[in-house]
Order: sequence, then C-alpha cells, then structure tokens
Amino acid sequence: MRMLRLVGFRSATFLWTRLRWVISVFLLVFVSSSHAEYGVNMTPGVTDISQSVYSLHMIIFWICVVIGIVVFSVMFWSMFKYRKSQGAVPAKFHESTTVEVIWTLIPIIILVAMAVPATSTLKEMYDVTESDIDIKITGYQWKWQYEYINDDVSFFSNLSTPQDQINNEATKGEHYLLEVDEPLVIPINKKIRFLVTANDVIHSWWVPAFAVKKDAIPGFINEAWTKVNEPGIYRGQCAELCGKDHGFMPIVVKAVEEPEYQAWLAAKQEKAKAEALLSSQVWSMEDLMTKGEAVYNTNCAACHQQNGEGIPPAFPGLKGSAIAVGPVEAHIDIVVNGKPGSAMQAFAAQLSDVDLAAVITYERNAWGNNTGESVSPQDIANAKGN
Amino acid sequence: MSAVVENELKEDNHHGPAAGIGRWLFTTNHKDIGSMYLWFSFAMFLVGGCMALTIRAELFQPGLQMMEPGFFNQMTTMHGLIMVFGAVMPAFVGLANWLIPMMIGAPDMALPRMNNWSFWILPFAFTMLLSTLFMEGGAPNFGWTFYAPLSTTYAPPSVTFFIFGVHMMGVSSIMGAINVIATILNMRAPGMSYMKMPLFVWTWLITAFLLIAVMPVLAGVVTMMLMDIHFGTSFFNAAGGGDPVLFQHVFWFFGHPEVYIMILPAFGVVSQIIPTFSRKKLFGYHSMVWATSSIALLSFLVWAHHMFTVGIPLMGELFFMYATMLIAVPTGVKVFNWVATMFKGSITFETPMLFSIAFVILFSIGGFSGLMLAIAPSDFQYHDTYFVVAHFHYVLVPGAIFGIFAAVYYWLPKWCGNMYSETLGKAHFWLSFVGMNLAFFPMHFLGLAGMPRRIPDYALQFADFNWISSIGAFMFGFTQLLFLYIVIHTIRSGKKATAAVWESAEGLEWTIPSPAPYHTFTTPPEVK
Repeated sequence: MRMLRLVGFRSATFLWTRLRWVISVFLLVFVSSSHAEYGVNMTPGVTDISQSVYSLHMIIFWICVVIGIVVFSVMFWSMFKYRKSQGAVPAKFHESTTVEVIWTLIPIIILVAMAVPATSTLKEMYDVTESDIDIKITGYQWKWQYEYINDDVSFFSNLSTPQDQINNEATKGEHYLLEVDEPLVIPINKKIRFLVTANDVIHSWWVPAFAVKKDAIPGFINEAWTKVNEPGIYRGQCAELCGKDHGFMPIVVKAVEEPEYQAWLAAKQEKAKAEALLSSQVWSMEDLMTKGEAVYNTNCAACHQQNGEGIPPAFPGLKGSAIAVGPVEAHIDIVVNGKPGSAMQAFAAQLSDVDLAAVITYERNAWGNNTGESVSPQDIANAKGN
Repeated sequence: MSAVVENELKEDNHHGPAAGIGRWLFTTNHKDIGSMYLWFSFAMFLVGGCMALTIRAELFQPGLQMMEPGFFNQMTTMHGLIMVFGAVMPAFVGLANWLIPMMIGAPDMALPRMNNWSFWILPFAFTMLLSTLFMEGGAPNFGWTFYAPLSTTYAPPSVTFFIFGVHMMGVSSIMGAINVIATILNMRAPGMSYMKMPLFVWTWLITAFLLIAVMPVLAGVVTMMLMDIHFGTSFFNAAGGGDPVLFQHVFWFFGHPEVYIMILPAFGVVSQIIPTFSRKKLFGYHSMVWATSSIALLSFLVWAHHMFTVGIPLMGELFFMYATMLIAVPTGVKVFNWVATMFKGSITFETPMLFSIAFVILFSIGGFSGLMLAIAPSDFQYHDTYFVVAHFHYVLVPGAIFGIFAAVYYWLPKWCGNMYSETLGKAHFWLSFVGMNLAFFPMHFLGLAGMPRRIPDYALQFADFNWISSIGAFMFGFTQLLFLYIVIHTIRSGKKATAAVWESAEGLEWTIPSPAPYHTFTTPPEVK
C-alpha cells in the first residue's frame, strides 16, 4: 500500500514538472510569434535599440531554455531510471575533476558569447551625442513635466483617467491608467535626447516601445535617447516607487511625422502667448470657480481629494482649514511657493497665474468654505513679485 | 578546586530543562533557542503572508477595491521587511542553532548566553516594527529597499521606529553570526576537519561571514537616514550637497550579499537531503565548498546590477554586468553537482526529497531569470517590473522557503522523536508547489508585458494574469496552515522515530537518540 502510494506520487512529480516546463516554453514561443498584443512577452518596440534589446532578450531566453532542457532531462531521467522501487543500486562515484572542469568552462564560454552583443548594444544606448531635439523631463509627485528646451515649450502631463473609473463606479476605458491630458509629442526619425530629472523623490521614465528607462533623480540629470521609426502612440508608466500615486503617473508619447510635429509646436507656442494675455483680463467669480474646479481636480485632488477632505496627516484637508478660510495672502503663499520638506509643491512654475487664481478662488469657496473672496491673476502676479 | 568544577559539570549533565516560562526566557540551550527561532519565524511568516494576501486581494481585479494606495504601499513594504528579516533569516538561524552543534559534535553553541540575547531581541524589534501600522501617518510605505529621499524627507513619522527596529535586527544577526563562527571554528569534535564538515555547516560558516560583513553597512545606511531626518545632515539630499544615489550604493552593498545570506544555508540543507534519498554520497563535495565561497566573494562585487537605470557610467555598467554574469558559473556548478548526485543513485521521494527536488528545479528557473536580468541592456526593460518580482520570488519561495520546509521535515523526527505523516507532508508539498507556481509564474509574463511593480492598480491588459496569480497566492498561503497542523500533530502524536530516522542518512546528528536529548555530545565523539 505504502509502496503504491509512493509510485503514484513519483510519476506525478515527473509528469507535472515536465508538463509545466513544456507549457511555459510553449506559451512564450506561441505568444512571441503570433499574439504579441496579448502581452506575454517583451515588446520588440519601434526603435533600432528596442529591437536589439528584444533580440538580446530572446537569445538569452533560448540559451536558458536549452540549458534547462538538458539539465532537467538528466534530472528527470535519473528520477525515473534510478528509483529504489525499481531496484536501483546506488553507484559509488562521488567526484570527477574532469567533469567539474568541463561544466565550469562551458558556462563561461556561453557567458562570453552573451556578453559580446550585450556590450555593443549598451554602448549604443549610452551614445547621447548629436541629438536633433533635447527634451527635459522632470518627475513630480505624481505627474511629468516636459520642456522642449530649445523651443520654449513646456507643459505638464497628468493622468486623465477619471477617478470614478478607478473607484469602479464607471466602466473602465480602453487605455485605463495609461492615458494623459497632454502627451509628449516627438517627430519620427529624429534623435531625441531626454534629460531626465525629478523635483521631489526618485521617479523613473519608462516607455517599453523605445526600451528607454531612466531614473529621474532630484538634483541630478540623467541622459537617454531615442529615435522612433514608426508614427504611433506609445504608452509607459513610472517605474520607481515614488509614493502614494506611483501607479497613477503614466507616460504617453505621440510620435508623428515632422510637418505635424512642427505644426503642433507652433500651436503650442501660440497657446502659451494667448494664456499670457488671459492673465491681464478681468475674471468673474463664476468663471474662476469653473476653471478652478478643473485645475483643482487635475493638480490637487490626488492628495487633498476631490471632496477637499484630504488624507490626514500626510495630506491635510482643505475643507474648513485654517489656510483655506484664513488670510488670503498665506493661502496664495503656500500654493505658489509650496511647503519645503513636505509633499506640497511650489506651483509657481507649474501653473499659469490664471490657473493659480482660479484654483485658490475655488479652494476658498468650495465644500462650504464660503469666504466669498475671489483672487485675481494680478494678485498672483503681485505675490510672485514680492 | 578542579574537583568542584567537575562536580558541577556532572550536575549540569544531568539536569533537564527548567520548568515553566523561565525555561524559554533564560535558556542558554541551543535546542530551546533553535526551537524559539523557528516558531518565531513561522509566526512572522504567517504575518508577512497575511500582508501578501492583502496585496494579492487588491490586485485580484483592476481598480481600487479594498484600500487606499498609501496603505497598499505600507503592505508591500512591511511584507518585504517581515519576510526577509522576520521569517527567512531567523528560520535559518534556528536551523543553525539546532543543527550545527549536533553536526560537529559540540555540546552547545560557543556563546550560549549571547545566543539567548540574540533571539530575545527579535520579538521586541518586530513588535516595534508592527506597531508602526497603528501610528499616525501609518507604517513605512517606501518599499523594503527604502530608497531616499522617499524614506527620508518624504517619509511618515514612523520611519524613526523602523530605523531603530532595523538596528535591533542587525544587532541580533551579528551576534548570531559571531556565535556560529565561534562554534564552528572552536568546537568541532576531534577529527572533524574543515573538509569533513557537513555542507550545511560550511554554507552557514560562509553565511555568517557575509552577515558580519554587511549588517554593519545596513546599520550605517539607516543611521545616515536618521541623521538626515533628525539632525540636519544631507547625505541623501541633493539640495544640501548629498546624493540620493549614494543611498542605493550603500544599501545594495548590504542588499546583494543579503540575498545570498538567504539562500546559502538552503543550499546546505539541500546538499544534506539529496544524498540521503539518493543513497549516494554528495557529488563534488570540494567543488561545492569552492562554489559557495566564490558565490560569497562575488556577492560583494555585483551590487550595482540593482541600479542599472540610475545612470552609472558605461564602464561601471559593463563591470557590474560581467561580474553578475560570472555568478552563474559557481551557481551552475552547484546545480550540476546535485543532479550528478541523483544520477545512478537509488532514489525515493519522501517529503524532504520532494521539496529538495522542487528547490533545484525552481531555483534554477529563478537563476535563469537572474541571468537575463544581468544583461544590462535588457535589464532596462525588466527593471522594476513584475519580471523582477517573479525572479526574486522564484529564488526566495521555492529557494529559501522550500529549503526550510525540507529541513523541517528532514530533521523534525530527530528534534521531537516522532515521525510526521508522509501523506500529509506530500499533500503540503503538492499544494505549495502548485500554489506557488500559479502565483509567481504568471508574473514573468506581466513584467515582460510592461507591468511595473509596487502599483495598487493596473491597466486592463494585465487583468488575467493578476487574477491567476492571486488565486495561486491564496492557495499557497492557506496551505501553510496545513504545515502548522502537520508539525503540531507530529510533535504531539506522531509515530516514534528511530535514532537513524532515514535509511541512509549520514552525519553525527543521526548517531544520537530521537528525540535528541536536552544535552548532547557532552563528551566529544571521535570522528574518523
């Protein structure tokens, strides 16, 4: 009875372990060839570099598969052939210098063969010279800023998935959590150099289709580059734990033909000029409140929450808070200059004067904070001047 | 005078354990302390496991169902810290306490009173660490790797308790390591030369040196954090002239040897078990010792492979890539030796052997993904994704933890004198094996498809594999209650075990009765 049970278990070990290996290999192969979009293997991407990275990945994968098949076959064969229940008598050998030398040398040769293509790809990835366009990328908790440093264009890119989709109160869209309000736009076939840094904690800028992943480190600037071959929309995410909303700061890059890029750039520059004009207008309370709510939901709600109650103690509530219903100067100061040593950023450079005026007005009048006070863009400009 | 001493010694030889709680509080007996370490680590394994299941429950479906992202981060952080410092490390120290003196023919550990202290620090350290969950601002939420400045300028107030907790764990580990080294160097029975020591003793000796080398580095890095947070220094703050990347260099100089600290003793365990159930001597004993030492030495030269994306210079990148690939060589030698031991043996498949075989196969899979991660250009795609999560869970769960399970089934009859139920043991193995693979294998696919780690919510294309992974995690988690039942049932009412326990186990521990008497080898055995 006991023997029977042992036999049962043994053949089950054999079958299942081998089966599992075969299934997993099959899955990877199957998927890498025909079902890439289902997402079981690395993307080959749309740049020369990403394609070399993909082939490095596949080469090392197959080397591992072959080694695995050889080693595990010997193992399973031993488990099958040399069962005590089949009357196997143990051999006496327990040492062989020759064998040890062989199985030390063979892996070394394989590794050297691997290291050669890996080294040349790495060298290429590190060659950031002779770029056509330089873009500075700054990670913030929890959004990205893109600055086209030679073209005077700069903007923030925020998650645009609505909160109710995240809270399961609405159907999730096709690009759930991988969509932003303003994507990075770049031309194809141009060498783009990224200067990556951060404003607060460490983030990491990652777009799988480009095989670019570079840590954004406060106080330091890292370099990376890409040259995209095909127009399209490419999505990625922050890859370094950066606090509460680390999972909610995606990256979207729109790669377009050169003329389209130039048109976009010109429109962007026009819009910046128009926005500068807006701040000299007189704004009604109603308009400020409408604009303020939109600005608040994009920039402030992640911490202070849509209902203004915050997540104390790290993220204080604004509803009825001393700052939001107290003297307006202090309120403007904390929004414009931030609070050093906390997650409260300085928004002076992030938002326009109109946006700042609108959001402060909104905070002073929403959720029952009915101060009735409105703040004008001129007030903001004055406060910044001081 | 000497007569008095002799008399006292004689008295000592005869007295058993003290009665009541005092036995456990004041004990200096390596067997009692070993048992306490093992029970403590199992308790922490369940606590850390509950946190893992909380994480997997949230990740069961896309969207936020159960918790705020901030709490999710506390769970991932605490899960990692508790499993590394509370479950795996103390379990191996427990095994070392029980087994090293019995394997080298020593009456006890070299420094028994320190042994007591190094255990009793741990419950206080972990009570303090766990208490941070109830503090204002919550528990540490910056990942078990606690990268600055997220863990300094932007940390919750509880970070100070975390730092103190890490210091206490470090003190405990260092004392444990000193004790292991002192015991092995000084207390081997006559004739037990270094190259006759069981491999478990060898791997622990090397592990102990690693611990002494790197735990002070960990203490250093958390102290620098403490200074930055409370005393106005700027080690890791660029605004004050510091460098956040310095943190990562110092942390991983500790962190990489640390991963070998968690696997080398398991190598030792498996090297004891496979020969027993193959009824054949371990193949290549000398090369096993050589390979373990090389792995330990290389572990000091590869730390920056955790940091390929931080922007280290090309030459640095190449050096760390080559050095890391080199580790595959001695690791491969070990796997080949285990397979060669089974080759032409006479094999049976008792529970310890099943766990050991699974160890060799699944640890190798973790090794393969490790080799892939070593290739710096591809690492840019793998880094900080679920591929990495899959990789280190494959080396830690079927590696370290299966190694511990194998050891417990193998030596439990010697410890308590009773045999465990083979049927239940096998059920535990198969459920763990299936659950663990279901939980962690799909993570390879998730990572390659682009899912970053440490996120509470994910894009829709990741939904299917996360669902499978969560099912597997719950299966693996609840199976461990069966393990608890098996161990308790064995201690209370298992069949009596013989002194040798296994048909062809070799080593001094099998020459003493089962259960092992409270004091063993008070007269050193003669080793031929």
